[in-house]
Amino acid sequence: MSVTNLAGRDLLGLEGMTRDEITTILDTAVTFSEVLRRDVKKVPTLRGKSVVTMFFENSTRTRTSFEAAGKYMSADVINISGSTSSASKGESLRDTFLTLQALTADLVVMRTPYSGACHQAAEWVNIPVVNAGDGMHEHPTQGLLDLLTLRDAKGSLEGLTVAIVGDIAHSRVARSNIWGLNAMGATVRLVAPKTLLPSDADRLPVTVHTDLREGLEGVDVVNVLRLQLERQNRALFPTAREYCRLYGVTRDALKSAKPDVLVLHPGPMNRGLEIGGDVPEMPQSLIEKQVTNGVAVRMAVLYLLLGAEG
Amino acid sequence: MDAGEVRRALTRIAHEIVERNKGTADVVLIGVLRRGEPLAKRLAENVSRIGEGEVPYGSLDIALYRDDYDVRPHPARASNIPFDLTDKTVILVDDVLYTGRSVRAAITALMDFGRPAAVQLAVLVDRGHRELPIRADYVGKNLPTSRTEHVRVRLSELDNSDDAVIIQKGEPVE
Repeated sequence: MSVTNLAGRDLLGLEGMTRDEITTILDTAVTFSEVLRRDVKKVPTLRGKSVVTMFFENSTRTRTSFEAAGKYMSADVINISGSTSSASKGESLRDTFLTLQALTADLVVMRTPYSGACHQAAEWVNIPVVNAGDGMHEHPTQGLLDLLTLRDAKGSLEGLTVAIVGDIAHSRVARSNIWGLNAMGATVRLVAPKTLLPSDADRLPVTVHTDLREGLEGVDVVNVLRLQLERQNRALFPTAREYCRLYGVTRDALKSAKPDVLVLHPGPMNRGLEIGGDVPEMPQSLIEKQVTNGVAVRMAVLYLLLGAEG
Repeated sequence: MDAGEVRRALTRIAHEIVERNKGTADVVLIGVLRRGEPLAKRLAENVSRIGEGEVPYGSLDIALYRDDYDVRPHPARASNIPFDLTDKTVILVDDVLYTGRSVRAAITALMDFGRPAAVQLAVLVDRGHRELPIRADYVGKNLPTSRTEHVRVRLSELDNSDDAVIIQKGEPVE
């Protein structure tokens, strides 16, 4: 087991993280997967630590899984939602963070609609900041749980070919996956209509396909992204029905991939739109595993960032 | 200790376990990661060689239960206890008994897996300097040391070398 000390660090994105750092988090998460399988899933490790989660965007699974992760390790978890925080009275993000630090929070988890806001906040405070999704930038714990789920299923990430399909332009999940998979030695393909590809796709370590079946040809893994209807302010595709016909990952479309292809989806799903209605129930679907692994990964992140330095 | 001494100590402890528990009914061995794990496995093999039946063994990680989480980093590993501990006589196995703090953490961790009938402690080396009221039931060797010394245990399963117990002067190398 490689041992990289991440104590006191922030987790803002997977871009720039090394294979050793990612491996340390994944290996530690395996420990917590074991804790989650116990009858008594609680350990005393973070007794006396307080974790604040601050969500300026809706979320069920990410917020709940951070909260569960903290509680299963005996930390005190305080949840703040955007609408109930002083931000709604006009307090600046900087003052909110300084207040949380003064309230002796030991770590802050933040989700924000603004790309880069977590990086900014991390400069203002001394405590670790964990990015739980910032705009269209990164969602590192989602990337890590995808890596863990694939590593569990395949044994190793080295040499895998992963197709990320769907609304990539708006997707922080895609970015975290691209950087994480790249660091671990996997090959990434982006599959989407041109209007849903990021404008900087040529600068990312990926190959780009605009035809679904061509993009799925021979891949080990398909990671299906949610069509983010709430971020669509321009007409980026004619109709949902046409999108579904051309880019929907159905049982039939998966025939282009390897026979043992694995399917991921970060949720929440639009069944029958970006993913075939019956695909989540196929044996190759790891979608439920992703949710369980999400808790284990977030426990690992809290354990490592709050740990002793040096 | 050299490889022969380690082997003889583990053979004797296996006999002592059988004698003290009047056989091996309801006895399980739990090795504290990392070096307690191969020791527990070897003790289980020794007990079955004596002809007293198969003794299940597992491994226990104590990183999540340590009292020095804020002081030193410890890599967390996964425990593997594929059986219920309730009403069993659990023999905790570790390589070195020193301050007793690891054993305290191990006992706390064990209780999260069930309610054993009894917990006993087997160690390869007892080096003294206890900070908690803990003593071992089975000891391979009492090794008087000073606090400035460091006891290193090497096991063939983990260390790419023959079994050995070495006392080193000065700061720990690990």
